[in-house]
Amino acid sequence: MEEKKLIVTFGTTAGAMAMEKACREEGVPGRLIPVPRSITAGCGMCWMAPPEARPAVEELMIRRRLQTEGLYELLLRR
Amino acid sequence: MIYLDNAATTRTKPPCVARAVTEAMSDFGNSGRGTHDDALTAARVIYQTREQVAALVGCPRPDHVCFTANSTEALNIAIAGLFGPGDHVISTDLEHNSVLRPLYRLRAQGGEVGFLPADSRGRIDLDDLEKVIRPNTRGVICTHASNVTGDAVDITRVSAFAHAHGLILVVDASQSAGLLPLDMVKQHIDVVCFTGHKGLYGPQGTGGLCIREGLEIRPWKVGGSGVHSYLETQPPEYPTRLEAGTLNGHGLAGLSAALDWLEQTGVEAVREHDLALARQFYEQVRLLPGVTVYGDWDGTPRVPVVSLNLSNWDSGEVSDDLAERFGIATRPGAHCAPRMHRALGTEAQGTVRFSWAWFNTKAETGAAARAVAELARER
Repeated sequence: MEEKKLIVTFGTTAGAMAMEKACREEGVPGRLIPVPRSITAGCGMCWMAPPEARPAVEELMIRRRLQTEGLYELLLRR
Repeated sequence: MIYLDNAATTRTKPPCVARAVTEAMSDFGNSGRGTHDDALTAARVIYQTREQVAALVGCPRPDHVCFTANSTEALNIAIAGLFGPGDHVISTDLEHNSVLRPLYRLRAQGGEVGFLPADSRGRIDLDDLEKVIRPNTRGVICTHASNVTGDAVDITRVSAFAHAHGLILVVDASQSAGLLPLDMVKQHIDVVCFTGHKGLYGPQGTGGLCIREGLEIRPWKVGGSGVHSYLETQPPEYPTRLEAGTLNGHGLAGLSAALDWLEQTGVEAVREHDLALARQFYEQVRLLPGVTVYGDWDGTPRVPVVSLNLSNWDSGEVSDDLAERFGIATRPGAHCAPRMHRALGTEAQGTVRFSWAWFNTKAETGAAARAVAELARER
């Protein structure tokens, strides 16, 4: 079954770690998963959250100066 | 063994350090190489270590703390990655070979280097900075504290000079990290190079460089990064930019535990404790017949190091006697700082270096001073 998900990608693992830490501290939902193939063919990790968390995620990204690469909404098999 | 060779490495670590390393060796996957629990456990601890180091030196960006195996590797990366043929760089006679050899290599490749001279007590005059600057000067590379005499350099003054002339300032904090405060923002420092196994009480094989936002350092090592696998070049973002290959996650877990301990204990408390012992030793040995103590003891900020010689006795023989007869560990010889030894006139003799850390005691220090007194009587 496919579900719509919010995906945030990063340039570095450190960026992903900062994101996870900020989300955990502020109760923003989501978790780290391998980057889906449809976004980039490289390895790496990304933050996956429910699409309704997008405003909270975006606000957190700006306020805490999180270093992100891209923001996507994708249908993922989950 | 009374261990007074802490400027080489702090032998006695807080017990939490070995525990953290042991736990990491059974728990850690490879950080940044997957998102399963074990990989993330490693990645989280490593990121936390970046935050701890950043807090210690006032680096605003934890992701601009790049880990290396030690200060030497960090200094090599900084020097080779910032300067090139045609660039002039200012440094000092106080430097360790981890700065000097990369600079000499730069010179062999067409760069130029000017050194602030040290006097016969090992002191530099920062007013000389204005004398060595040239139109093509691009940077200043300066130790925070001499590993031979323990004298500290006034980094705020050096940075004021560098900032006024638009020069990149690289500070070698090998001897000072964990003892003397640094603030990259307030002091306009571009790069701080540090090692984990001395005043930070972490494991050997840990170290790194903290980089000011916007400063571009060319990587000399490229390879596995865990991100952008199809790029033919190393990804440009810090810290990945300078961290090709698997990090020393186990060691960094130990460094993280050590930094927790250091924060709880307090850098200032550690410094006061260590310096009190160094001062106690200095006062007990400085007037002994035949004893020469090097460095500036007239109130200059310093780290807990005392370098001395007994008459013209080979420093290696003194150090060996201290170890074999008195069970006291010191370091003899040239201390990888050839320009400093030239300035002090100790090229042939070297010096016997005593250096303190948190786990040393007054009793140990008294025993070391009595041993020196006994050797001085025999000479």
